[in-house]
Amino acid sequence: MTWKNFFTSSIGKKILMGLTGLFLICFLIVHCGVNAMIFFNDGGETFNHWGHFMGSNLIIRTTEIGLFLFLLLHIVQGLLLWAKNRRARPVNYKVNNAASNSRWYSRSMGLLGTLILLFLVLHLYHFWAPSRLGGIGGIKVLEETTLGSEYNNQPVHDLYAEMLLVFQNNLWVVIVYVLGVLSLFWHLIHGFQSAFQTFGINHKRYTPIIKILGIAYSVIICLLFAAMPVAMYLGWVS
Amino acid sequence: MEHYNMNLTLKVWKQSNSREPGAFETYPVQNISSEMSFLEMFDVLNEQLIRDGKDPIAFDHDCREGICGTCSMYINGKAHGPWEKNTTCQLHMRAFKDGDTIVVEPWRAAAFPVIKDLMVDRSAFDRIMQAGGYISVNTGNAVDANSLPIDKKDADLSFMAASCIGCGACVAACKNSSAMLFVSAKVSQLALLPQGEPERESRVLNMVAQMDKEGFGNCTNTYACEAECPKGISVSNIARMNREYLKAGLSAD
Repeated sequence: MTWKNFFTSSIGKKILMGLTGLFLICFLIVHCGVNAMIFFNDGGETFNHWGHFMGSNLIIRTTEIGLFLFLLLHIVQGLLLWAKNRRARPVNYKVNNAASNSRWYSRSMGLLGTLILLFLVLHLYHFWAPSRLGGIGGIKVLEETTLGSEYNNQPVHDLYAEMLLVFQNNLWVVIVYVLGVLSLFWHLIHGFQSAFQTFGINHKRYTPIIKILGIAYSVIICLLFAAMPVAMYLGWVS
Repeated sequence: MEHYNMNLTLKVWKQSNSREPGAFETYPVQNISSEMSFLEMFDVLNEQLIRDGKDPIAFDHDCREGICGTCSMYINGKAHGPWEKNTTCQLHMRAFKDGDTIVVEPWRAAAFPVIKDLMVDRSAFDRIMQAGGYISVNTGNAVDANSLPIDKKDADLSFMAASCIGCGACVAACKNSSAMLFVSAKVSQLALLPQGEPERESRVLNMVAQMDKEGFGNCTNTYACEAECPKGISVSNIARMNREYLKAGLSAD
C-alpha cells in the first residue's frame, strides 16, 4: 500500500475531505472570533488591532499558505468525488423519494460548497485582496489608520473602514453575504459530524455529543458572521 | 385487516439487455387482492402478458420470504417499496389503494448493469466477497462450538452485521451508488471475531480496493442506506470499516 493508493482510495479521499474540512472549521473559529471584535462598537479600534496582529504575525501568515492549500485540496477533492459519484449512477431514477431516507443538506454538499466558493470569490475581492495585494489592477489600497494609546498608536490597515464601506450602503452585498453564510451553515451542519464518522468515530456515548457540538458550532459561527454585515447596514455598529 | 381488490396502473422499466437503452411501459392490472405480495401481483401481470403473446417483465426473485436478498425493484422512489425494513417479496398490496399508479425501476448503479428489465447484475458484490470476505480454517473435523471464547457483545455485533443479505438496496438508495454499507457489514462481521483475525488487515484493504474497482461511488454519510436496508444494518459498521481501513492502510508496508 503506497501513500498514493491510500489517499486515492474511496475511503482515503473521504479522509482527506474530513481532515481539510476540520482544518477549515478551526480556521472559521479564529476568523469569526477576530471579526466579532467589531461588536465592541469602538470605531474598530480593537478589531483593527487584532486584524493587524493576524496580518503581521509570521505564524499566522505561514498558516495562511496552508489554509489556501487545504482549501484548494478540499475543493479539488470535492470536484473529483462529484465526478466519480456521477459516473457511479449513469441513469437516474424517474421517481426518487430521497426525502424519506436522508436530509436534503446531506445530499447537497457539492451544491452548497459551490455556493460557498462563489461567495468566497466576492469575499476575497472585498477584504483579502485590498489588504494583501493593495494597489494591483482595479483593487484599491486600504487606508491606514492610527490606533489609540491603548494599542501604542500603531499605524495599521483600516479593515474596519473597509467593512463599513462594503456593507453600510449596499443592500445587495449584505443579502449576498447572508446567503453565503446560510450556505455555509447547512454545509457545516452535515460536514462537522460527517467528518468524525469518516474517521471511524461512531460511538453510542460520543456521537450524540459530536452531533450537538456540530449544531452548536454551526449556529454560533453562522449567526455571528451573518450579524456583521446586517449590523453595519442597519447602523448598529458604526 | 379488511380485504379489498384494486385496479392499478404500473409504469415499469423495460430494457432488453445491458447495451440497449430502456424505456418505461405502462401496464394496467385488474383485480389485485390486497393480500397478494408485490411479486405475486407481477406474476398475475406476467401471466396476462404471456396469454396476450407479449414479452413478460423480467424480475429477480427466489425465496419470497425476505431472507435471500434476490428481489430488488425501486418502487415509487424507494428501494423495496414504501414499507420500512422490508424486502419487495414481503411488500403486500395493502400498501396501495385502488387507482394508484406505481412506478417500478431497477437498481440504478454503473456497478449493477441491467440484465433485462428489472433484473440487475449484482456479481460485483460476489467479486468483493472473493477479494476478502472469507476466513482461513483447517480442514478436518469441525471445531467444537464455543471452544473459542468470544465476548457476547462482539458476537451480537458480528451477528447483526452478518444479517446483511446482500440485496443491494443500500447501493440503490445511495445518491452516489456507494456500496459502503454492504462492504462494511461484511468486513465487520469477520473483524469482530477471533476467526477473522489472520486476514484482518488484508481483508479490508482488498475488499475496499475491489469495491472501488467495480465503480461504486463514495460515501457522503447521508445514511439513506441504513434507512432503506431491509435488515436494518447500522452505519456504525461503516465507521468500523473506516477505522479498520485507517489502521490497516497506515500500518501496511
